[in-house]
Amino acid sequence: MAESSAPPHRLLGGRIPYVEGPLKVTGRAEYTDDVQRSGQLVGRLLRSPWPHARLRSVDVSEARALPGVAAVLTGERYPTPFGVLPITQDETAIAVGKARYIGDIIAAVAATDERTAELALERVRFEVDPLPDYPDPQTGLGPVAEPIHARGLNGSNVQKEVVQHFGDVDAAFAHAAHKVRVRATFAGVTHAFTEPLATLAEATPDGRLTVWSATQVPHYLHRALSEVLGIPMHRIRVIKPEVGGGFGGKSDPLPHEIACAALALETGRPVKMLLDREEVFFTNHGRHPTQNDVRIACDPDGRLLAYDIEAVIDGGAWSSFGTVTTYYNGVLSMGPYRVPNFRYRGRRVYTTKPPNGAMRAHGGTNIRYSVEVALDRLSEELGLDPFDLRARNALPPNSTTVNEFRITSTSFLACLEAARRASGWDAKFRRLPFGRGVGLGCGFYISGSNSPIHFTPKMPQSTVHLKVDMDGGIAVHSMQADIGQGSNTLLAAIVAEVLGVDLDRVHVQRVDSDVSPVDLGSYSSRVTFMMGNAARAAALELREKIVRGAAALLHASPEELEVVHERIQRRDRPDDGVTFLSALHEAIASTGALTASGSFQTKAMGGTFKGARAGTAPAYSFSAYVAEVEVDVETGVYRVPKVWAAFDCGRPLNRLAVEGQIEGSIHMGLGQVMGESMNYRGSRLFNPSLLEYKIPAPQQMPEVEVLLVGEPDPEGPFGAKEAGEGPLVATLPAVANALYDALGCRFSELPITPDRVVRALDVRRKEGRPWKGA
Amino acid sequence: MGDGGTLRFTLNGRPVVARCPDETILLDLLREQLRLTGTKRGCDLGTCGCCTVLVDGRPTLSCLTLAPLVAGRSVTTIEGVTPAQGLSAVQQAFVDHGATQCGFCTPGFVLTATALLRENPHPSPEEVERAISGNLCRCTGYRAIVRAIEAAARAEG
Repeated sequence: MAESSAPPHRLLGGRIPYVEGPLKVTGRAEYTDDVQRSGQLVGRLLRSPWPHARLRSVDVSEARALPGVAAVLTGERYPTPFGVLPITQDETAIAVGKARYIGDIIAAVAATDERTAELALERVRFEVDPLPDYPDPQTGLGPVAEPIHARGLNGSNVQKEVVQHFGDVDAAFAHAAHKVRVRATFAGVTHAFTEPLATLAEATPDGRLTVWSATQVPHYLHRALSEVLGIPMHRIRVIKPEVGGGFGGKSDPLPHEIACAALALETGRPVKMLLDREEVFFTNHGRHPTQNDVRIACDPDGRLLAYDIEAVIDGGAWSSFGTVTTYYNGVLSMGPYRVPNFRYRGRRVYTTKPPNGAMRAHGGTNIRYSVEVALDRLSEELGLDPFDLRARNALPPNSTTVNEFRITSTSFLACLEAARRASGWDAKFRRLPFGRGVGLGCGFYISGSNSPIHFTPKMPQSTVHLKVDMDGGIAVHSMQADIGQGSNTLLAAIVAEVLGVDLDRVHVQRVDSDVSPVDLGSYSSRVTFMMGNAARAAALELREKIVRGAAALLHASPEELEVVHERIQRRDRPDDGVTFLSALHEAIASTGALTASGSFQTKAMGGTFKGARAGTAPAYSFSAYVAEVEVDVETGVYRVPKVWAAFDCGRPLNRLAVEGQIEGSIHMGLGQVMGESMNYRGSRLFNPSLLEYKIPAPQQMPEVEVLLVGEPDPEGPFGAKEAGEGPLVATLPAVANALYDALGCRFSELPITPDRVVRALDVRRKEGRPWKGA
Repeated sequence: MGDGGTLRFTLNGRPVVARCPDETILLDLLREQLRLTGTKRGCDLGTCGCCTVLVDGRPTLSCLTLAPLVAGRSVTTIEGVTPAQGLSAVQQAFVDHGATQCGFCTPGFVLTATALLRENPHPSPEEVERAISGNLCRCTGYRAIVRAIEAAARAEG
């Protein structure tokens, strides 16, 4: 860290180690399961062994009678439905009337110890009527005998249908010079964060409820607890300890969190619930299994004319973020390109399987694969280099898409140039020997959902409070949720940057709804942009107060002063200055401790048609990735030795964190394209463990060359945009297109496992299509 | 085996006498009874490596180890490799290189890396990858962890 260089970018733009790093590397960081309260009970959940069943009656008397059992709850006690989206609240803390997937919570127990709790669960007796199960979304598109939810469209299991048409797609296709079609099927994947889901709840005699939970969005949990338990929000305190990874899987309010709080209310004692790894897999909320069908048309020069897209999305048992998912699978297909005509039909269908929800690069990943593979085919048909085809169609800065997304900054062309040059593309593409290849994949992603998930949309998306007292330490309060991405560090660095102080003066307080102002938390890649702007505004307000203190001491006007490292001085006479602390003390002499607040609210944006706000964002990130592959053509085993990742996150504020997000995203994207899969037989998940659900090993991880080429965004804090999710999407198509360059084979089913590679090679040989002499 | 429910072993360099049933799992003993919460519970099945501790210097999954099996042996947890002041070279390198993001897997990685560098002070990148392949990290993509361990090896000379 450069401590002596001049503001405004003393810290920002450098490599800032995480402020809580020392706690994490010593095991002193406190996660939910590390918190312990005296008299704490163990909470456990009974889960449905039936994929779909009517719960006729339940007898908990035997379970309740067991010594050591403090409470047994079933769904009727707190039947109020909840859900992350206000428009689709179809979940309950504990199943009411029906179980909808294997793993659905049907009873909850609190006992003195785990063994007693497990024994109690065994003694809960259910009488059920089994119902037909619906593991396949295709069978739920029309009317079914027993809809999973009453709210399915017209007696079907369709949770959400989106139909959009901009321009005239049929006319565009009728006159197109070239057309391609890609149909692809994607297995579900899950977050596989290392910290299991955990919640601790305590109800106290003053009528208050305190909940510690491993959550990405403390505010949504706060709200859901209030609604379901019937307690006003101000009497509930939500605390977010350190969170051991989320990736979207801790962004919905989850039923076990509410069930745990319900047990605490019921018993008057603290109750801790730590889900085991199998339960975490069944809770899921991962990326939706999807089938999509993408048709793309272009003119003789490769200018895109139209997209025509259909998607059938397997929702699992609940809505979760599904309405957003359904829109995103269409609307996130277009950027980074200009597409003048667009048609989409997307249907998300309930199935009797673990619910799917938001996972890193939510809604933008599967469709991105199909679009980028289609563009690869189009470039081949045109005899145009894949880079040139994309450059020809790049959305310009300050433009509007056909569905009225506002594009401000884009450095997509710079991404293309950087990836092409760094990867040595022109010497490799179609020139490497059989079995080796390079592929290009590109992408864009929202830098924060412009439209907040709020019941009160007038409120800001983010608020930051600062408090500084005579010790010169600055306490920062915000409900932004650091889940490992480094948002606490960024928050501290922004405040320190604006005030000109050392980073160790700034203490980001643990998220605690009693003292943290609302921020909507970690999802939709919103934190840097929104919290960053709120933090900057708060710090500027505080700076003004402290500069006024300096002005009084220096007999100057505030306009004559500048803030430098730990010091405020005259611009024209830098020797004439005071320390930060002296200025601060002068400023608080009359008022006591100083406070300041900043907030960020998104602007009105998007068209007026139904669903117009889905996918609107105050900015977008852009990317162009080249992956290189080496395939063992006998076994189908392949490796990805290197990925060149050109990314536009505007101005990177913490390079260490941005590079970490990009490498981590590539790891997760590689997992989905190379092997990760939630394996279902019928409605039953068959691999609910980290042994059978394999994430890529260190040996499978490529070297990553990160190329940060973004220009500062006009509205982002210090010019920054997101880097948390967008870096994932280009990974999948880059690998698939590299496999095509290596083998001459296309893949329509993900993951692309070695057996699928071998089969594709067999088919190509049988069809007699030679490739690179093989 | 445990002597009538009394278990004697060395924990972080100090003798310990713990009373626990013979079927007690080492992870439970450390976290719940001795309240050494730096050892993390990620899966209880030996699949994630978050609960790694050192038994006689070797990385061991404490969730798969019966507590009586460490009788008379030396157990080191993350608390035992942390200096009274500051950080060890491995810990410092993890901070500096962004090898910890969410941090939940980190204590296990730090112990695995510490054991590796004691046995092999100058490992190749392949040796580092092999050594850490029993520890899962979902955040970093492992590259930063490998870089940190290599940097720690250089720092320790």
